[in-house]
This record gives sequence, structure tokens and C-alpha cells, in this order.
Amino acid sequence: MWKWLHPYAKPEKSYQLAGKLLPWFVVLTVITFIIGLLWGLLFAPADYQQGDSFRIIYIHVPAAMMAMGAYSSMAIAAFVALVWQIRLAEMTVAATAPIGAVFTFIALFTGAAWGKPMWGAWWVWDARLTSELILLFVYLGIIALYNAFSDKVLAGRAASILTLVGVINLPVIHYSVVWWNTLHQGPTISKFGKPSMAVEMLWPLLIMIAAFATLLGALILMRFRNEILTRESHRPWVRQLALNNVKITGKN
Amino acid sequence: MLHCKMLTVVREDRILFKDLSFTIKPGEIVQIEGPNGVGKTSLFRLLIGLSTAYSGDIFWQGSSIDKDREFFYQQLLYLGHKTGIKPELTPLENLQFFQTLHAAKQDIDLWFVLAQVGLAGYEDVTTAQLSAGQQRRVALARLWINKCPLWVLDEPFTAIDKSGIAVLEGLFVKHAEKGGIVLLTTHQDMTLDSSLLRKIELGGAAADEDYV
Amino acid sequence: MKTMFRALFSAFFQVVAKELQGAFRHGSDILNPVWFFIIVVTLFPLGIGTDPALLERIAPGIIWVAALLAALLSFERLFKDDFIDGSLEQLMLSPFPLAWLVSAKVFAHWLLTGLPLLLVSPLLATFLSLDIDTYIALFLTLLIGTPILSLFGAIGVALTVGLRKGGILLSLIMLPLSIPILIFSTMAIDAASYGQSYIGLLALLGAMLITAIILAPFAIAASLRVSVS
Repeated sequence: MWKWLHPYAKPEKSYQLAGKLLPWFVVLTVITFIIGLLWGLLFAPADYQQGDSFRIIYIHVPAAMMAMGAYSSMAIAAFVALVWQIRLAEMTVAATAPIGAVFTFIALFTGAAWGKPMWGAWWVWDARLTSELILLFVYLGIIALYNAFSDKVLAGRAASILTLVGVINLPVIHYSVVWWNTLHQGPTISKFGKPSMAVEMLWPLLIMIAAFATLLGALILMRFRNEILTRESHRPWVRQLALNNVKITGKN
Repeated sequence: MLHCKMLTVVREDRILFKDLSFTIKPGEIVQIEGPNGVGKTSLFRLLIGLSTAYSGDIFWQGSSIDKDREFFYQQLLYLGHKTGIKPELTPLENLQFFQTLHAAKQDIDLWFVLAQVGLAGYEDVTTAQLSAGQQRRVALARLWINKCPLWVLDEPFTAIDKSGIAVLEGLFVKHAEKGGIVLLTTHQDMTLDSSLLRKIELGGAAADEDYV
Repeated sequence: MKTMFRALFSAFFQVVAKELQGAFRHGSDILNPVWFFIIVVTLFPLGIGTDPALLERIAPGIIWVAALLAALLSFERLFKDDFIDGSLEQLMLSPFPLAWLVSAKVFAHWLLTGLPLLLVSPLLATFLSLDIDTYIALFLTLLIGTPILSLFGAIGVALTVGLRKGGILLSLIMLPLSIPILIFSTMAIDAASYGQSYIGLLALLGAMLITAIILAPFAIAASLRVSVS
């Protein structure tokens, strides 16, 4: 059943496959970003309570979703890496972690920026923001662990284990934080999770979510390709590739 | 029987060895030879399942060592650069711990074994107070109390004097006669008859080649 | 079958016994984390004033943060010495399942570091003017929570033991993961101080402990196989 996958367990094949997929992701990302941003920032109606400042959700919500999405894909890759001992899956974990961290940071920053006009403070201990902050810590821990190993094969394996430990713990962290928040702050207005959102506002949001998803995909593919090249730099096909590139740029 | 098939080891982008294959039969004493840094210790750590190869397989009695670790470790005795002797415990306690943890011979007189390795009278001193050679001997005492057919010994003669080496060599020959395997590295000269000793040379040549 | 179980348990107790024996021969340094724990807790009244009402309010947080930090300090010892002298390798080459043997090590570690925290907790309760009901809640959360910390910490140590500068990295890895323990425990103690029931929170902590007991040894074993190679 897994036979068709087998060639892609070889780094060279995966490198080429990722290379073929990449342009599609890039194109989709650009298109969805243009449509989503224009629609969301210019044409969608302003919120009757929050005015224009609500528009930051077109960045915040997709970034927060993809911060979790990146972690989920890391967790799946880590599982595959540890159970079937597939080196490429370890590389995916390593390639994704910094992207996830950046997305988490964007979500945190936009969340804080949105809080300024809403609550008059840059930071409030809102459950969602706190969870995101902890998620950022978890990401940074994984990245730091990966970088601490000089042997990148071992580094990938260590990062995979930590990712899986984290994925069991993250839901617990999330619910504990939500609970802690309701106890210490009383019910805050749930700001982003409005159940009934006007359709004109919802559509651009969905498009922006798609835009961030394809951006995540494109970034993972790019970093994945780089990871393969660095890890396999002692292999003939990588050297050949490097030589070819020199020739091409030489002609220009 | 220990069988290695097409082992390739890469450490931090450096190829230590490539497509290494060999088979060691019961009753053989094998010395792995080669200059420093050629990967002897790496090879040993691979053979005992502590590290994993870039590619290749290792079989013990016909089954892959990764598949059946518990079976393999029942039959393996490993002695590395680090002795695994706890300095805050006495030699006797160290050996007792080894007995339980490695399912070694239970009906053996540990005092006698310690006397064999020249540690009579030191049974109740913490190992930290012993000299380097004596600490080494505590570790080597395991050779007397284990039931394992496969011995993997990385530099067993370090800090051991000539007479000690002779005793150990006698032990190796006896072990091989009973159908055991001894796999070792050493920089010391061995007095062992060359007909009893097989040598496997790890060359540095492979390290410069490419591989696919 | 029976002899196999006997061998398993005798191996477990041998590991625990050896850990305790080694620690007691080392002597003084087994008490260091406890000292640290007491000193950190003492710093807070010195830093923020001695108003009993204020102290009582923040006591759960102080004690638990101090317990976390004390646990962190003690973790190095869990595998570092064994890694350096090679007994970790020998442990991994034993025919017994590694996850089982590391459980024994973690248990011994808890006896040496978690249990002393429980024993000195009455002293700290007095320092921070806790009443008896609140103290009982504190004791129970420490009883259930510190073993979870030991198990989590062991994963972190197992991942970092082979690294030259593992210490600070260990805290970066471990602290975020222990946030739920901190939250649930302090919530339970808070509830107790208001005279509310906190049995549900204890049950949550208990569930976390059971999950950790079941899963963590495998994560520790896998991590050690990465670190020692």
C-alpha cells in the first residue's frame, strides 16, 4: 500500500517533487493574498462597534490558525519520523518549527496591537493570547534543542520527540489556561470568536485563511528543500546540482 | 554469529566508512585495527545498537539487532572507554548491580572474582578511592561473571599492566574455545598467537569517496 | 513468566537502591534543592512585605514556582553522572526494557528531591501564614504534582544530557510544559483557601500523573537513545 510512496523516501526525489509543487503554492499564495487583503482591508464593511480596527483579524486569525496548523503538521511528521524512522520526516519537523514560531509571533503581535484600541493596553492576560505565548515558548524550545545538537540527524530525532511530547501537552495547556483565565479575570468579551459574522466580513477572512495556509505550505517546501540540500551536501547529486547552478549563472 | 551488511556511517557530514560488510563466527577473536579517528568506536557503538547507521543492517544469530533488542542484550557484554563503574559504590556493589541488571551468573563468588582481577582487600572501599588501573579492573571483572557469548571490548587493556593483559588474553582464548566471540580494539601489543587472532582493518580510504 | 516478573522487579529495586545508596554516600548535596526551595520562598516576604493577607493570597504561586525551580536544579543529577561515567550506556545495554529501568531512576529521583519538598512544606506554610485547610490542599497538590514534574523533567534531561550546555536548554524545554501543573495546583490551593471543593482539580492532576507515568518512560527511553549515540 505504501509502495507508491517509496521513491519519495529518497531525498533526491523528494527534493524534486517539492520543487515541482513549490511554484503552485507560490502562485496560489500571491493570488489569495491580493484578493483577501484588498477585500478585507478596503471593501469589507467596518465593524459597527470596533470600527476599522477590527480589520486586523484578517491577519491575526489566519496567523493563529496556521501557527497551530504548523504544529499539527510537525506532530504528524514527528510521528512518522519516529515510528517508521524516515529521515525526511525529521527534516520536515526541523524545517517547519521556525515557520510556526514566526506565525505564532505574528498572531501574538497582531493580537496585542488589536488589544491596544480595545482595552487600552498592549498586553492583557487573555486566554487566547496567553496560550499563543506558551505555544511560542514551546516552538522556541524545539528550535533551541534542534540547534544545540551538532549532528543534525540526532537533532532531528530529538526535536521530533519533543514535538510529540508537546502535542500531548498542548491541549492540556490550552484548557488549563482558558480555565485559569475565566477564574482570574471573569468572563472577558470573546473578541475573535464571534459566532455570527456578517457574510461580507467572513468571505475575506476565509480567503485570508487560505492565503496563510498556502503561504505556510510554500515556506515549508522551501525550507524542506534547503534542509535536504544541507543534510545531503556530501552526496554526488547535490554537488552536481550545485555545479549546474554555477554554469547557469555563469552564462548570465 | 554476528553479521554486518553494507554498513555506512555518516557523522556530522563526514563519511566514516562505507559499505562495510563482515561476518564473525563463533569461536573467533577479532581485533578491529586502524589509525585513530577511523571510526573504530563508532563501529562498536553501531554493533551494540547504541547508534544507528546511515544505511546497512546488523544481524545477530540471524535476526536484526534493532528488531529484538532484549534478546541481543542478553547475549552481549560491552566494555567501552567509559567503564560504567559508579565511583561512589564499592567494587562489590558495582558487580552485584551488574549481576542483577545483566542477568549474569548468580552462583558465583564475587570475592573470588575480585581476587582474580587483583582487587582482594579492596572490596569495601568506594571505587572512587581506587587508582585508574584498579577501576578498570573492576569493570573487567564483569568478564568473569557474565554468561554472554558476544564480548565487545573497546580498548580493554587501557591502564592494565603486562601480567594483567596476559590473564585477559587467556580468558579470551577460553571464551573462544567455548564458542564465544571476542571483538576488541587495542593499541597495546598482544602476545596472542596470530593463528587465534583475526584482524579487520578499517581503512581511511573510503572516507574520501562519494557514495549513493 | 513468574521468574521474569521477579527479575523485572528485582532490577527495578536494584536501580532504586543503587541511586539512593549513591546519593547518601555523596551526602551533603542531596539537600541542596530543598535549601534552595526554602530560600526562594523566604525571598518573597522580604521582597514584597509581610502582610499576612497578601502572603496568603500569593502563597500557592510562590510555593509552586519555587518547587518548579528547585526541581529544575535537581534534574542535572538524574542522568548526567551516569552519562559521564558510562553507566547510562550499560543501563541501555541491559536486557531489561529501558523504559522500565528509567522509571526506576525517576522514582528514585523523586524520593530524593520531591519527597523532601513535601516534608519541609509545613515549615513554608507557617512562613506564609497558610491555614490548615489550605495547607492540606498544598500538600496534596505537591504530592501529585512533583512526580509529574520529575517525569517531565526526565524527558528534558534525557534530551539534553549529551549536550555540553544542556542546563539552560532544559529549563526552556521543560518550563512551558509544566504550566498546567502550576495552574491546576495553584487553583486547587486557591479554592481550598476560599473553602471550596477542589477535588476535581486534584482528579485532573491525578489524570495527568497517570498519563505521565504511562507515556513518559517511553519518551525518556527514546530520548536517551538519541542522546547516547
